[in-house]
Amino acid sequence: MYAFEIERPSTIGDAASALGHDGAQALGGGQTLIPTLKQRLAAPEKLISLTAIPEMQGVCIGDAGEVCIGGATTHATVARETAKSYPALSGLASHIGDPAVRNRGTIGGSLANNDPSACYPAAALGSGATIVTNTRKIAADDYFQGMFTTALEPGEIITEVRFPVPQKANYQKFVQPASRFALVGVFVAKYADGVRVAVTGASEDGVFRWDAAEAALSRDFSAAAIEGLTASATNLISDLHGTPAYRAHLIKVLTKRAVMAAA
Amino acid sequence: MPKDHGIGASSKRREDVRFLTGKGNYTADITLYGQTYAAFARSNVAHAKIKSIDTSAAEAMPGVLAVFTGADFADVGGNPAGWLIQSRNGETMKEPKRPVLAHGEVCHVGDAYAAVIAETVAQARNAVEALVVDFEELPAVVDMADAVADNSKRARTELTDNICFDWGWIEDNRAAVDAAFASAPHVTTLELVNNRLVPNAMEPRASIGVYDASTEDYKLYTTSQNPHLTRLLVAAFVMGIPEHKLNVIAPDVGGGFGSKIYHYGEEALVLAAAKRIGRPVKWVADRTESFLSDAHGRDHVTKIQLACEKDGTFLAVRTETLANVGAYLSNFSTATPTFLHGTLMAGPYKTPLVYVNVKAVFTNTAPVDAYRGAGRPEATYSLERVIDMAARELNLDPWEVRRKNLITTDMFPYTTPVALQYDTGNYQATLDKLIELSDKAGFEARAAESAKRGKMRGLGLSTWIEACGIAPSALVGALGARVGLFDAATVRVNPTGNISVMVGAHSHGQGHETVFAQVVSSMLGIPEANIDIVHGDTAKIPFGMGSYGSRSLAVCGTAMTKAVDKIIAKGKKIAAHMLEASEGDIEFADGKFSVAGTDKAKTFGEIAFSAYVPHNYPLETLEPGLEETAFYDPANFTYPAGAYSCEVEVDPDTGKVEIMAFTCADDFGNVMNPMIVNGQVHGGVAQGIGQALLENTSYDGNGQLVTASYMDYAMPRADDLPNYTVDHSCNTPCTHNPLGVKGCGEAGAIGSPPAVVNAVIDALARAGKPVKHIDMPLSPARVWAAMNA
Repeated sequence: MYAFEIERPSTIGDAASALGHDGAQALGGGQTLIPTLKQRLAAPEKLISLTAIPEMQGVCIGDAGEVCIGGATTHATVARETAKSYPALSGLASHIGDPAVRNRGTIGGSLANNDPSACYPAAALGSGATIVTNTRKIAADDYFQGMFTTALEPGEIITEVRFPVPQKANYQKFVQPASRFALVGVFVAKYADGVRVAVTGASEDGVFRWDAAEAALSRDFSAAAIEGLTASATNLISDLHGTPAYRAHLIKVLTKRAVMAAA
Repeated sequence: MPKDHGIGASSKRREDVRFLTGKGNYTADITLYGQTYAAFARSNVAHAKIKSIDTSAAEAMPGVLAVFTGADFADVGGNPAGWLIQSRNGETMKEPKRPVLAHGEVCHVGDAYAAVIAETVAQARNAVEALVVDFEELPAVVDMADAVADNSKRARTELTDNICFDWGWIEDNRAAVDAAFASAPHVTTLELVNNRLVPNAMEPRASIGVYDASTEDYKLYTTSQNPHLTRLLVAAFVMGIPEHKLNVIAPDVGGGFGSKIYHYGEEALVLAAAKRIGRPVKWVADRTESFLSDAHGRDHVTKIQLACEKDGTFLAVRTETLANVGAYLSNFSTATPTFLHGTLMAGPYKTPLVYVNVKAVFTNTAPVDAYRGAGRPEATYSLERVIDMAARELNLDPWEVRRKNLITTDMFPYTTPVALQYDTGNYQATLDKLIELSDKAGFEARAAESAKRGKMRGLGLSTWIEACGIAPSALVGALGARVGLFDAATVRVNPTGNISVMVGAHSHGQGHETVFAQVVSSMLGIPEANIDIVHGDTAKIPFGMGSYGSRSLAVCGTAMTKAVDKIIAKGKKIAAHMLEASEGDIEFADGKFSVAGTDKAKTFGEIAFSAYVPHNYPLETLEPGLEETAFYDPANFTYPAGAYSCEVEVDPDTGKVEIMAFTCADDFGNVMNPMIVNGQVHGGVAQGIGQALLENTSYDGNGQLVTASYMDYAMPRADDLPNYTVDHSCNTPCTHNPLGVKGCGEAGAIGSPPAVVNAVIDALARAGKPVKHIDMPLSPARVWAAMNA
C-alpha cells in the first residue's frame, strides 16, 4: 500500500466537492479498493470515505412503495432491513461474500464498481431500479455500460438506489469455487407490466437482460416457459472456472430455478 | 472408560491455549532492537536474461540501507537438491545451480533477483519499485510434454534439454513387466494429471537474520519444519558459515505441509544483509509472494496401465510419469517423484510385477516439491483410479477386486516388487471396517432417495498404503539421499523431578507438545503437566531432522523413548544405592523405583533430587545429574494403511459435486492421542478433497501464474466438507519401533482424492453417463463438460 490521505465528509455536498480534486478517489466499504491498494495496484492521493454521511445510510420505503437504500448502506443492513419489504433482494444481500464483507461492503460501492461477477448489478437491473446520484437519477437500463463501466461521471456519488418491489422475485447464484462471486447469477422479477431477467457473472459486457426469457416468462411465468429457450454463448466469459457454453447452460438452469423459487 | 491421561488418552492440545488466544510466537511476531526490513524484487516474466540491474535510484531512496543483487552471491554456493537420482542410462541427474538471488537469468515468475533492506517495509517496497532491470525475454517452457519434445526451448540456458533425470524403478523388472503386459488377458490404460497445488500454509514464510560482529555468531529465525536441516544447508552448502556459528530458531510455525521443509534463498539473504548492515533484517512474505515462490506440490502427468486376469487378479502395473520440478530443484524435489512415489506403486496389493518410469522435467515455473503425502498421493491416485477403471471395464465390483488382490496377513513381512518390505498390516480388516462404517449395504436406498430429488449419487473407495517415518539412513543413502534421516531427543530431568524434553521433531501444528508429553508421562509415571517439550531451536535441542513424512513420533518419538529408557536405567542404579539393593532387583513402575518383593521404594522425584544433590550417591561409579540423549535410526519405514470411502451427490444440471459422507478406516499402529489423530485425518482429508474438487494451479502459456490469489485458487472451506467418520481401531502395531506407531499426518491427503473421484465416476455411471475419467479438480464445469461430452 502506498501512503495516502483520507477524508470522511459528513455531507454529500462536502463529499462531492472533495471528490472534485485531482487524485481523489471515493471509498465505499473498501472491499475491492482496499485489497487493490494493498497490492499496490492503485495509488490515489486521497480517499474520500462515503461511510460517514448519515443521509446515505439505511433503508426506507418511498412514496411509490419502492425500497430506497442509501448508497453507503452495508450488505448486512440491506439483508436485514429488506427481509420483509423485498425478500429476494434481502436474500441476495445476505449471500454476498462473508460476514466481514457484508458488514463493510456497500451497495453504492458495488454498483459504482460494477464488477461483472457482482450480485447487486443483477438486482438493480432485474428490478429496473433507479440509481440516484448527487446530480441526477439514472435508470438501471442506462446505468450499466459494460464490465467495470457505468454511466457515472468522475466524482459522481451514488446516494441512493430505489427498487420497485415486484410481485415475485428470486435470485439464484452459482458461485465461482474460489472467489465465490457469481460464476453466473440470475435475478428474476415479475412485475405487473412484465418480467425482468438480469444475468451477472456470465458476460464480457457485464450484467445484461435475457430478453427472450423475459418475453417467455411475461407470457407464462413458469419454468416450462423457458424450456425451449437457449441462452446465447456469444460474448460470454471464458476462464478457468467455466466455458461460454457452460455459462450459457447455467443461465438457463438458474433462470428456471429462480422462477420456481419465486413462483 | 477412555483414558484421561498418558498414552492413548485424548489429552487436550496444550499448545492450543496460546494459539487460540493470540499468544503464539510466530516469526512475524518477533521484533528485535534495531530491526530493518527486506523486500524482494521478483521477476514478472517466466524466463529472461538479466542484462542489467540499475540500483542507483533505489539506493538513494529514503530509508534504504542496502541493495543486493545476484552478483553479491555469485561466489557462494547453491541451494542443493537433497537427493541425487541416477537416470536409467547411469547418468546422474542434472542439477543447475539454485542461487540465493537469480543471477544472469530469471527462471520463473516470482523468481527473486534483487532485495532492498530499509528502515520500514514500505520504504523497502518503494525502493524495489525504483530498481531498473533490463530483461531480455527468453522463451518460456511451461507445458511438460512440450518441454520433453522440444529441446530448442530450455527452462535454464545452461541445460541441453529439459529432462532432469529419466528414472526406472526397478529397471531390472522392466522386461518381465513388458512380457506380462504382452500376454495379459486384460489391460486397462489410464492417462491422468495429478494437479499442481499451492501449499497455502496459513502463516506465510518469514525470516529474520541477526549477526553479532563481536562473536561472529549468526542467528536465523525462520518458518521451518526442520531447523537443523536449514542450518546445515545455509551453513555448509550456501553461505559457508561454520555450523557452530549459526543458530536457527523455528518458533511457532503456522502450518507447513512440506513447503517449509526446504531452505529458501530469502533465509540466506537476511543473514547476509544482517552482517552487512549490522542490524537484524526481517522479511515476511505476503500472500502473493507465497503463491509465486513457495515450493508447489504434485504436478504429475501419468500414463498408468494395469494388466489383469478377467477375474480381476492383478498381473502387472506399468507407469510413465512426467514430474514437474519447476525451474530450480528444491531440496526434496528429486526424491518426491521417485523414492516416495515409485516405491509405493505396488500399493497394498500382491501385484507380482511393477515397473515405474519417471522423467523429471524442468519448466519455467516455481519449484515443485513434497506436499502433504509427497509422492505417495500421486502413486495412490494413479493406482486407485486405474483399479476402478479396470473393474468397470471387466464388469466387476471395485470393492471385491481390491479385496481379491490385497496382501493377506499371512504374507508379512511382505517384500514388494518395488523394493519395500511391509512389516505388518491387516488390509482386509480396514476394508471390512469401511464397509461397516460407510453403511455400504444401505447405499442403494440412499441412491434411490437422491434420485427422487433429481441428484446422482455415487460411492467410491480407495485402499491405500504409505511409507512413513521417513528414515533408515542406510537405505535412503543407498537411494541417493545426501543426509541421514535419524532423529534425536534429550530428556532433562530437573532436580525437582519435572522434565524438559528437547526433541528434533518440529511441531508446526501437529501437537507434539501434547503427545510427546503423554508418552513420557506414561513411561515415567509423572503428570503430563510436569513435562515440557522443547523444539525448534538448534541451540536447545541436541539434533534433529525435523518433521515431514509422518515421521515425528515414529522416529523422534522413538529416540525420546530410548532416552527415557536410559533415564530409568540410571534411576535404577541410583535407587539401588539408596535402597541398598542390587540393581537387578530394582523395578520401576508408576513413578516408583522399588525393590522387588519388598515395600522399599523411592519416588521418581526422590531419585531426581538425589541425582542433583548427590549426598548419598554412588559417585565413584555413577555421574551425578539425570539427563540422557538418544539418537535413533530406524530399521525400516513404517507402513500405515487403510480404506477410505466417499459418497457424493452430483447435480445433473450443473455438475456440482457435494460430498455426502466420507469414511476412513485407518491402521496407524498404536494411537497415542485419538483426538489428535482424528484431527490429523480430518485435515488431511480436507486437503485431499481440496485437491479432488477445488484446487487448481494454472500457469498460462507464457508462464504467468493465473491462479495467484484466492480469487482464482479455490481452497476448501468448511462448507465444502462433510462430517467425517474416522476409525482407527484396526491397528497392527509397527513391529520395529517400541511405541508400535506408524504415523498419521499424511494419510488423509493420500487416501482421499481417488475415493472422491471414484465416487463421482460411480455416480455418473449409475446415472447412465459412462465417463471414463475426469482430471482433478472435479469442478462443476469439468464434471458438466464430461457428462455432456
